[in-house]
Amino acid sequence: MKPSKFHYHAPATIGDAVGLLGAHADEAKVLAGGQSLVPMMSLRLATFGHLVDLNKVDGLAGIERSNGHVRIGALTRQATAEHDTTVASDVPMMAKALPHIGHFQIRNRGTVGGSIAHADPASELPAVALALDATLEAAGPGGERQIAAADFFEGTWQTALAEDEILTAVRFPVWGAASGFAVEEVARRHGDFAICGAVCGVELDGDAIVRAAIGLFGVGPTPVRSTLAEQALIAGGAGSDLADIARQAADPLDPSDDIHASGAYRKQIAAVVVRRALTKAIEEARS
Amino acid sequence: MSETISNVTVTITVNGRQRDVTCEPRKLLSDVIREELVLTGTHVGCEHGACGACTVLVDGAAVRSCLLFAAQMDGAEITTVEGIANPDGSLSDVQEAMRDNHGLQCGFCTPGFVITLTAFLRDHTDPTDDEIREAISGNLCRCTGYHGIVNAARQVCGRANGGES
Repeated sequence: MKPSKFHYHAPATIGDAVGLLGAHADEAKVLAGGQSLVPMMSLRLATFGHLVDLNKVDGLAGIERSNGHVRIGALTRQATAEHDTTVASDVPMMAKALPHIGHFQIRNRGTVGGSIAHADPASELPAVALALDATLEAAGPGGERQIAAADFFEGTWQTALAEDEILTAVRFPVWGAASGFAVEEVARRHGDFAICGAVCGVELDGDAIVRAAIGLFGVGPTPVRSTLAEQALIAGGAGSDLADIARQAADPLDPSDDIHASGAYRKQIAAVVVRRALTKAIEEARS
Repeated sequence: MSETISNVTVTITVNGRQRDVTCEPRKLLSDVIREELVLTGTHVGCEHGACGACTVLVDGAAVRSCLLFAAQMDGAEITTVEGIANPDGSLSDVQEAMRDNHGLQCGFCTPGFVITLTAFLRDHTDPTDDEIREAISGNLCRCTGYHGIVNAARQVCGRANGGES
């Protein structure tokens, strides 16, 4: 057996799950899809005394549109969201990001909330949540609270969730009809973690850009939102020099070196993927 | 850790047969399939979700059994490669096509590919070659016999085998 020993809990309600996390404090870990957690445990990169499995909790999965938002339950499988018509029409950036995650067998089990709460800096969904100003719903001993994506990602695998809090859903704002979105990444092999990737969205009014989102992943300890480049794009409109906008997005980055790529290379790739994604997003918004 | 951990007991249906399994919570589904259920057709390669050799169907969905704990499987319906053949024992379309197209060499990765293709071709009746290649991208064949496997998938879809590779 590869993982170290742990007590297994499968609570039926979110209240029980929160209670278990509180009772076992830093000994406990939430298990959702497990597609990142289980390998980390098998490689003994992580050990926990207690696993709190959310898979038997009722009401944590599901996709619904209401009030200008699409709300995706945290335990919704990535494969379910990938093939969902509401996600495809109302949160296209999410629909375009999902196929980049691992392989279909991984997405059959992996969850939308799990990926965001895991907060791997090289993964797609945290960048989507950040770029789209998603609202994260969390349950804890004091009840529920909402966290803006901008306040959620604190470091590699670190989020604003307290030890006894559970991410229960993610709400994405729905953009207008004249919008376009694109996800571009560079990875060594299909399904690998990206060396660097970009998620971009634009909403047009004629040639004016009324809303822009530029998110990057794989370029630091958290996903990065390029607010300055977004402002430059909105100021310049759909005819902007996108290579220049992309350079503005990449300039402030300081990615570190690892065995897959040097920081300097990542920074160069960041400008490339932003330019490609913006080009596609604007094309889509115009069509 | 010297603390006593209680075993868990789960009831699962494996290849149509209901089984009770009692094991440590940390035991992976792949290890339970091989060691407790003695269904050794499910192979374990990397044991951390990279190679796809341990792919099984859980409630019809292709998943990696090394990325699940058996403790999570209470009530689940699991199909391993031993449950893929037709009820009369003849090979399934995917198995037949793998044989016809030399889709296996050493055979280590084959159970994972058979499960992956069975699920994929059930859900996609007329995939392009690119879609087939993407579908098998999560399974590694270290004999690198991918062309034969793609041809097998094409045969299942009623397209000419061999040819373009």
